[in-house]
Amino acid sequence: MRIKDQWNEQRIFSSRNFAALVAMALLSAALIAKLVYLQIVRHTYYVELSQGNRVRQDPIPASRGLILDRRGKVLVDNEPAFQLELIREQTPDLPGTLQRLAALGLLDKDDIETMRRMILSRRIFDSVPLRLRLTDEEIGRFAVHRHEFQGVELRARQTRHYPYGELGVHALGYVAAVSEDDLERIDKPGYAGTTLIGKLGVESAYEAQLHGLNGYRQILVNAQGRSVDRQGAYQPELRAEAPTSGKDLVLSIDLPTQQAAEAALGDHRGAVVAIDPATGDVLALVSHPGFDPSVFGRGLTNSEYAVLTGNEDKPLLNRALRGAYPSGSTIKPVMALAGLTYNLVDPEKREFCGGQFHLPGSSHLYREGKTGKHGNVNLVEAVARSCDVYFYSLAAQIGVDRIATFAAQFGIGSLTGIDISGEKPGLLPTPEWKQKTYKQIWYPGETVNLGVGQGYLLVTPLQLAHMAAMLASHGQAFRPRLVMGVRDAAGTIERNAAISEPGATGISAEHWDLVVKGMMGAATFGTAAAISKDAQYAIAAKTGTAQVFTVAQGAKYNEKTVAERLRDHSWFIAFAPAGAPRIALCVLVENGGFGAAAAMPIAKRVMDAYLLEGQANAKP
Amino acid sequence: MIMDDNRDSAAKRTFSATARLLSALKLDGPLLVALGLLSLYALIVQYSASGQSVDTVLRTLMRIGLGTLAMIALAHSSPNFLRSLAPWLYFAGIVLLLVVDAIGYVGKGAQRWLDLGLIRFQPSEIMKLAVPMFAASFMHERPLPPTWRNLLVLAVIIVAPAGLVAMQPDLGTALLIFATGALVVLMAGLQWQIIAGLAVAAGGLGVIGWNFLHDYQRQRIRIFLDPQSDPLGSGYHIIQSQIAIGSGGLFGKGWMNGSQAQLEFLPERSTDFIFAVIGEEFGLLGLLVLLLLYLFIVSRSLFLASQASGTFARLLASSLALTFFVYVFINAGMVSGLLPVVGVPLPLISYGGTSVVTLLAGFGILMGLYSHRKLVNS
Repeated sequence: MRIKDQWNEQRIFSSRNFAALVAMALLSAALIAKLVYLQIVRHTYYVELSQGNRVRQDPIPASRGLILDRRGKVLVDNEPAFQLELIREQTPDLPGTLQRLAALGLLDKDDIETMRRMILSRRIFDSVPLRLRLTDEEIGRFAVHRHEFQGVELRARQTRHYPYGELGVHALGYVAAVSEDDLERIDKPGYAGTTLIGKLGVESAYEAQLHGLNGYRQILVNAQGRSVDRQGAYQPELRAEAPTSGKDLVLSIDLPTQQAAEAALGDHRGAVVAIDPATGDVLALVSHPGFDPSVFGRGLTNSEYAVLTGNEDKPLLNRALRGAYPSGSTIKPVMALAGLTYNLVDPEKREFCGGQFHLPGSSHLYREGKTGKHGNVNLVEAVARSCDVYFYSLAAQIGVDRIATFAAQFGIGSLTGIDISGEKPGLLPTPEWKQKTYKQIWYPGETVNLGVGQGYLLVTPLQLAHMAAMLASHGQAFRPRLVMGVRDAAGTIERNAAISEPGATGISAEHWDLVVKGMMGAATFGTAAAISKDAQYAIAAKTGTAQVFTVAQGAKYNEKTVAERLRDHSWFIAFAPAGAPRIALCVLVENGGFGAAAAMPIAKRVMDAYLLEGQANAKP
Repeated sequence: MIMDDNRDSAAKRTFSATARLLSALKLDGPLLVALGLLSLYALIVQYSASGQSVDTVLRTLMRIGLGTLAMIALAHSSPNFLRSLAPWLYFAGIVLLLVVDAIGYVGKGAQRWLDLGLIRFQPSEIMKLAVPMFAASFMHERPLPPTWRNLLVLAVIIVAPAGLVAMQPDLGTALLIFATGALVVLMAGLQWQIIAGLAVAAGGLGVIGWNFLHDYQRQRIRIFLDPQSDPLGSGYHIIQSQIAIGSGGLFGKGWMNGSQAQLEFLPERSTDFIFAVIGEEFGLLGLLVLLLLYLFIVSRSLFLASQASGTFARLLASSLALTFFVYVFINAGMVSGLLPVVGVPLPLISYGGTSVVTLLAGFGILMGLYSHRKLVNS
């Protein structure tokens, strides 16, 4: 085996070398033939195709749907504004361009890095807005320097306009430039050319309906990306598709009622929510202080945003949906219903109120609130005069578990399901919850506190308005909604049916009558008697005072000595006309003190605005 | 006249000094010049294709430097040393491939790299050299052309690593590894009848193998047959690269002026599809210059191979030379639409990877095999 035929090997090798050269020559010839075919024979065709690559789809943004009140009054519409936009593939030096725009005062220096990342996250041929709503002076400044900014263009686009300023901002929400976070959620091609996207409120919740369908127009661009008429001999057929406008939203908000609520709340921090008990329509939703939504639409700099978020009045907080407070006495009608339903109360039996209460075997005193001693009161009077002692005793009899089950039927402790996002569920405490959260058992005294809406119980103004609506409609519940329907371009309104919820069941009509009588009593001879002065309709109401801090045992409580911020929150719930309710509402005034003092007059003005609208003798 | 003589002899001295240096380094002058020109071409094109990135050019320069060192080192190795090294390198490579495949299996994804902490290292690159070395050393002690039994052993030597790489899955590199081994067998004088028979058998296997391909690999073949069927998806690469080449015409659009490449219509423009950038910016002429450089390098390498002494040296050298051509043909064929899209870079021109180092190392071996011929003969 070791003997190798050197000559034969040499011969084989030479012949294979030759064969390899021939194979190489053939393959190279095939390759060159293909190249000649591409580059010489079909050259013109491919040149056209490569120029076809320079036909850009220029998006035409759809105009955003309007937002109307329940009677068709325009709350939010669009107006044209000039903005700066940048296309990355046409910008030779992106960081430098942004720096120079900042030097011209057209960008905030702090925003350069965010802006750069934002641009890089968009597709290379997308036109990305840099600055919205330029002033005339800024437009002039840019126009002078335009030639220095390849890839940056001034474009006329639509932006949001608010005829009523800050009105209803927490319900309407606002629009702002599409952010990096938004880009991860939305369909990027569908938003090519779109500058603004809904951020909160109905603007965000109904983004899909409001946005519409963007159209496009093909344009021929030269190598620098500027639009041109023709390119050499090459003139492609350019296509276009018109955008489809977004749908208009018809809100359940009633403009005069909303205006009245905002005016009545004045400078107070607080919230007003008014609901039509027959449908769940939100007639007014106010959280004060608010903010000017148009600043977001023109692009907020980092520093401006810091001022808004740093404000100790928290203007960005939607108190109506997200502010959780102890309910105070406003929970008492539900407690009374629970006592009646569980057969624990004889409505006619009078209990003695001596101004304080203690559990058997305990020396801890539960004091009457502001109103002192009530003497002998029955159920109706206890509700009307808000007798704490009566409800301390009642709550202890019902027990925490049954209170929790019963109150949950009225939506306490759970989301109402309103059609905008951000709602907080509040807190309906139970022994299980306490064990889980604090690893502690539930003390009987905590049930006593729960009876007057203090302790762990937390509710939002929206929840109490929803509860008031259920009290008005004898337990029937509708999911609160801000949007009643949509209106298309032809003006046809498509109305959504009210969404019915399980509500509170198993309560007899007789018991309902007793509790409503108690609430009407509150508005005639009880804690809110002042509201019926000059009233042209019957009102059922309940006041509430939510303690911000607990008064130490034995200490005297003096409102005047407590710093304004530590003063009790003032609650007021009501519905009217008491016989056939058309409006149910909840008013919260932060640090407003006793419920009837601050919140009651506001509630009156809101109800007047809705119920007496169009009547000559209506008092604003 | 005297002055002329002087100048003449001075030139001769310089020339002979260079020749002496090259011979001391065991390098081949013409091949070195051609490789140098190709590298220069690579730097010029990469600067344009990377969107004028100096960083890219510097990194390529670094890799060329590393490859040159490997080339000089390997050119000094004697054929006997390389032959004794071949089995060790081969089996070490097989073990590393198994490790990589195992890691890839555990990690449920494509795995090509072995992370050594400091550097990441691709075992399949070693196999591009180890397979022809081992195959050539196997045939060195056996008669040519190979007998049936030896052919079977060679088939195992070649298919085992190619199969392992294909499982990674890296079809392009597997194909190249298979080619380097197969070329050794072809150059060893495998009878034409057997070659024809194997080709028919391979065709049959191909039909069966279709069922074992990954979906994306099948898709590539389908798109190759009809690129227009998926213009914005898988067919996009081929369509855009053909537009780039075709619109370049005879003279090209000029350096850094290719709209396809510069506006990023062409994907992977500085790596696998750099051939299209040359076609667009330098036209047919630019591509012909490139192909001529390549053909010169391969021909010169084949000449060196034919001059080398010993079966091992000749088989290895010619396999390395022809593999280089296979590289070029697969890449150019794929980019111009002659072949399906397979991930094979354009040798010494595409940016990135360790292939520049392996290729220059291969040329080092080739030059060494040639310059050591007299030592073996004596």
